[in-house]
Amino acid sequence: MDLALQELEDFLKQSLKDEVLETSISHRELTLSVAPEHLLKVLGFLRDDANCRFRQLMDICGIDDLEASPRFRVVYNLLSLTNNQRVRINVRTDEDTPVPSATELFSTAAWFEREVWDLFGIYFSNHPDLRRLLTDYGFEGHPLRKDFPLTGYVEIRYDDNLKRVVYEPVKLAQDFRTFDFLSPWEGQWEHLHSQLPGDEKASPPDEASAEAEKS
Amino acid sequence: MGVIIDPNGPSSSPIPPGAEQDAVLQQVTGQLKDKGFVIANVDKVVNWARTGSLWPMTFGLACCAVEMIHAYCSRYDLDRFGVVPRPSPRQSDVIIVAGTLTNKMAPAFRKVYDQMAEPRYVISMGSCANGGGYYHYSYSVVRGCDRVVPVDIYIPGCPPTAEALVYGVMQLQKKINRTGALWR
Repeated sequence: MDLALQELEDFLKQSLKDEVLETSISHRELTLSVAPEHLLKVLGFLRDDANCRFRQLMDICGIDDLEASPRFRVVYNLLSLTNNQRVRINVRTDEDTPVPSATELFSTAAWFEREVWDLFGIYFSNHPDLRRLLTDYGFEGHPLRKDFPLTGYVEIRYDDNLKRVVYEPVKLAQDFRTFDFLSPWEGQWEHLHSQLPGDEKASPPDEASAEAEKS
Repeated sequence: MGVIIDPNGPSSSPIPPGAEQDAVLQQVTGQLKDKGFVIANVDKVVNWARTGSLWPMTFGLACCAVEMIHAYCSRYDLDRFGVVPRPSPRQSDVIIVAGTLTNKMAPAFRKVYDQMAEPRYVISMGSCANGGGYYHYSYSVVRGCDRVVPVDIYIPGCPPTAEALVYGVMQLQKKINRTGALWR
């Protein structure tokens, strides 16, 4: 167990006991769960407190747990160069509840939040410029949501009469296929680490040699 | 009278170096010295000029661009074929679509293609440009750049090696020599 990380966890539990819902250390990484209304206070504390000094916001990610009841998770990854430590903050939210924007604390959050908004459709309140970042101009939907179809809704083609690129509903010549990886003709993921199909008939090499010695 | 190059004669296909080639060259230079001019078919001369300086528009979109860079660098050296990468579509004869063409890039790509002067050619390099490749079922990728522009040469591979691209350029030269006319 990482002592410094344990100390940090205890310290955060103590000083943010009203804000932090849950803490855990797994795989030598510390994760905090925070309610959206307390997010900015926790981020600000982690950034400014003399024992933490998490000055870098490395990334903001979204996770879509389709079955969970607040559907999305927003994950903030912080780095403290002073203490050589990292911490992860989880915030749960759904399609309608906005998460407060972290741009006033970390200016880099602006584009991270735009990306999360673009791909998951999670709102951020008080964001200076919440536009789409990655997807096409005029794109509809949020492609990393689990209920977004893989092939999307439109495809592109150059129209020789209109002399411009046009959008049309997707028409696939061949549907997407999910391969049966247990079939002997495809990859054998399950069997690769245990046994290949048909090998159960053969005896292991040491037994085979013992049998040969007996006879 | 200068030298008339017969379109059905031996000069329609390249003559390998040797005594035969020397004879033709001597004949041409002799005529040039003597009369001061040579007569040849215009389309043959035009094709020779076009194949000898295929300037490609630099259009690297993804990892294929790295192989395209290799083809330009000293080991394969596309400069030997008169293939010099250009930064402007106005100066280019051919566009090498090297990489994944996304929906967002497609209108810009078409605009670049439209700005190229005739005659213009397109080389589609790699699986993604040929037919979407790995991203064929993606919501954001064009399923082949031939949905946006007419393609002359397809180079398979993911990514194709630099040799494959050089071979593709040579195939395009062959195609121009075979089908080329004054007007495309």
